[in-house]
Amino acid sequence: MNRNEICEKVTEIFRKVFDDDYLQINDETSAYDIEDWDSLAQITLLSEMESVFNINFNLKDIANLQNVGDMISLIEKSV
Amino acid sequence: MLNFLELKKISKCRKSYSNNLIILSDSASQFLSTAISGYFENEHIDIQVVDTDYNQIDLQILDENSILYESKTKYVVIYMSSEMLYYEYAKSINKSTFFEKVMDKILLYWNKLQKNTNIKIIQFDFLPFDDFVYGNLSFKVKESFFSQINLLNKQVYENASNYGNVFIYKFSSLQNDFGRKNIFDYKMYAMAKLTITQEYLPFVAKGVTDIVKASLGKIKKCIICDLDNTLWGGIIGDDGIDGIELGELGIGQVYVKLQIWLKLLKERGILLAVCSKNNLETAQEPFIKHPDMVLKLDDFVMFVANWDDKASNIKYIQKVLNIGMDSMVFIDDNPFERNLVRTSIPDITVPELPEDPSQYLDYLQQLNLFETINYSENDKARTKQYQEEVGRVNLEKQFTNYDDYLLSLNMTAKMCSFDSYSTPRISQLSQRSNQFNLRTIRLTESDVEHISNDSTYVSKYFTLKDKFGDYGLISYFVLKKLGNVFFIENWLMSCRVLKRGMEEYIINKLFDLARVNSIYKIIGEYIPSNKNSMVKDIYKKLGFKETSSCCFELEVDKYINKKTFVKDEE
Repeated sequence: MNRNEICEKVTEIFRKVFDDDYLQINDETSAYDIEDWDSLAQITLLSEMESVFNINFNLKDIANLQNVGDMISLIEKSV
Repeated sequence: MLNFLELKKISKCRKSYSNNLIILSDSASQFLSTAISGYFENEHIDIQVVDTDYNQIDLQILDENSILYESKTKYVVIYMSSEMLYYEYAKSINKSTFFEKVMDKILLYWNKLQKNTNIKIIQFDFLPFDDFVYGNLSFKVKESFFSQINLLNKQVYENASNYGNVFIYKFSSLQNDFGRKNIFDYKMYAMAKLTITQEYLPFVAKGVTDIVKASLGKIKKCIICDLDNTLWGGIIGDDGIDGIELGELGIGQVYVKLQIWLKLLKERGILLAVCSKNNLETAQEPFIKHPDMVLKLDDFVMFVANWDDKASNIKYIQKVLNIGMDSMVFIDDNPFERNLVRTSIPDITVPELPEDPSQYLDYLQQLNLFETINYSENDKARTKQYQEEVGRVNLEKQFTNYDDYLLSLNMTAKMCSFDSYSTPRISQLSQRSNQFNLRTIRLTESDVEHISNDSTYVSKYFTLKDKFGDYGLISYFVLKKLGNVFFIENWLMSCRVLKRGMEEYIINKLFDLARVNSIYKIIGEYIPSNKNSMVKDIYKKLGFKETSSCCFELEVDKYINKKTFVKDEE
């Protein structure tokens, strides 16, 4: 799976989690940019990503995610 | 099963409701609360789900001003996680009696909460996980965590049996089916103290919802079964007795297992009925002649086999049994038939069986269709009682005059005071009766005990027999003494005995009681629900005066005894 495909699926996940069909994200998007993106939403995002991509993140790796770009890179690494 | 994000979306559009279900947990419960809220909305349960702060169980319970003690709090969920328990266990000095200390704490919670007499407690049981400190010997070592959790769960179940208002959600059953690996994710626990994975939250939410539904009387009483490819493989009309698949080997044993389960349900008190597109004799033949049939003809309360459409047949079955369409389940292997019935009869539950018959049983069991909050020995007799009723329906067809039919039944009844023997059945009747129910007040066994012991109440139950059989306990009333007035706090009756003169018999007895107690006036009230419109005018019909909308009264010396064919039992 290439980075673009991952990005598409991640966008879908963000739209589902934040219940916004028009949400746009890019590599720089972080919790500052989305109002409902709190620590619980972070957990929901990660759970969805594990489920959609059929992967299991390491606790170390998810502790330092700063933005969407970091998340996509982590998924690329794990897939 | 809806997934977590769907439940989250649904819960966002909830109205706010005046009755509360409060969640107490020692782990992070926000997601659990969202999931239950979404499930309630989906199941039309008008109760507000209220989450409380992290790990505040003690604080909330010991605080007299807590929302827990307000009258609008109807349910309290207590979820104590095995994770938190493990930390406490590891720290404790006397590990072999650790479980006793935990049980004492839980009993303290239950006892304190009962100060709010409305409350129903839903206690999660503990997930047994093995830390392998003692390997496979852990069962033999009392101090092992494995032993302690099992001892704790055993005590929780035993103690819950003594509390009429405590219900156990068997969280451990979920772990049996799906495993700790699926239900628990260490990362989520480390990051946010969440103890249930998002994927399995909906299952937990369903479990809690099932219990709440049962306590609201939303239960299933009957399962209607198709025959061909549902109770056996193949088509009896085409394949004949020797051709249908039913037996120990191959696909046949799938259907044997399903029949065994249905038979157990029948023994528990769930009614079985058949609705099949077949000639009657052809459809009945396997039950009489096939050596591997587990179910027999007399396991069914009704056996409908003809070439009419199934929706009409199901409506006929419902009419004869006289139970709500929403208390029925219909199973059929054919998606076309399932959709037809679902569309014509929106209230009936039609499980969407998987394509592979070997998965039917697992699928049906997981739906947990037959949740209940009480069970009494009487339940076992239910099929026989409904079969007797079908006998009465057939007898009635022989009379042109209804009074002659009633006289021919030789009905006798008895009035008794509430006692410990009848308590389970009284509670159950209060949960199951919807139509002839004046104020729809659901009573747990604890509630019934309170009323029996309270001298400001006069409460009686009624049993009825006729020449076909014994109906058992079919009605009760609870009278509140207010000076020289009786207020009928509730009166309900099983719909199996409607319009046979039992209403008149009971009211005659009520006024007899009033005279004995020097009562001057009796007041009754009708609280409308969406199922009890049949009793809207019953007090008026029995001679009461309407004093305001839904309130009725009658002075005792103005009462005239009503005619009835029901006689006192010798």
